[in-house]
Amino acid sequence: MDTATPARVRVLFFARYAELVGRTEAAVSLPLPATVGDVVRRVREDLPGAQALPERPLAAVNLKQAKLEARVRDGDEVALLPPIAGG
Amino acid sequence: MTYLTRIPISLDALVADVASPACGGTCVFLGTVRNGPDEHGVTAIEYSAYEEMVEAELGRLLADARGRWPEARIAVRHRLGTIPVGEASIAIAAAAPHRAQAFEACRYVIEGVKQRIPVWKKERRVDGTEVWVDPSGRPTVRPSDHPSHV
Repeated sequence: MDTATPARVRVLFFARYAELVGRTEAAVSLPLPATVGDVVRRVREDLPGAQALPERPLAAVNLKQAKLEARVRDGDEVALLPPIAGG
Repeated sequence: MTYLTRIPISLDALVADVASPACGGTCVFLGTVRNGPDEHGVTAIEYSAYEEMVEAELGRLLADARGRWPEARIAVRHRLGTIPVGEASIAIAAAAPHRAQAFEACRYVIEGVKQRIPVWKKERRVDGTEVWVDPSGRPTVRPSDHPSHV
């Protein structure tokens, strides 16, 4: 029996990634425990155009850069960041 | 605190932010939109950002800098939107009692911005094309992304 608790995560896309998926955000539900990498996999499977995203993009959780192995929790904001080019 | 602006950056205001009688050296870095021989007729760059994270991460970066140079006073503005060639996209002012700390702190902050601050740029070129720029400064062009000008 599946006792996993589902989590709802808000996923944000920026710059070239937003162009590739044709949107700036998406809501993703997935069973816990889950990682940032699980969120990326779910997005790449479910969203049209998202297969063009890298398998291991730079990511941030709740405004801080996070590794793909980091755990996500219900209500987290996960951002997928193209290579940073500021300044 | 907001580090972001959509209007031209005022250098006078930035320098005034860090001015102090205790500081004998102020170092200012300006990053400007370039159209050099390696660019291909760039007329402007469109800057976009994960704005909430820029605010948070720049706060952390400046806190790191103040930890290293406790006597330094540092201010940063990053401009977003479409910026024409020659105008500043970023300005950093670092004031310190002596020039060495001012130069070091200013350098530390711009290098941190390049590594940590989620800002992206798209070049607008004279031929009408638009190209995302990758961190090495070279445009990222993949034929599948830009079928109109392969």
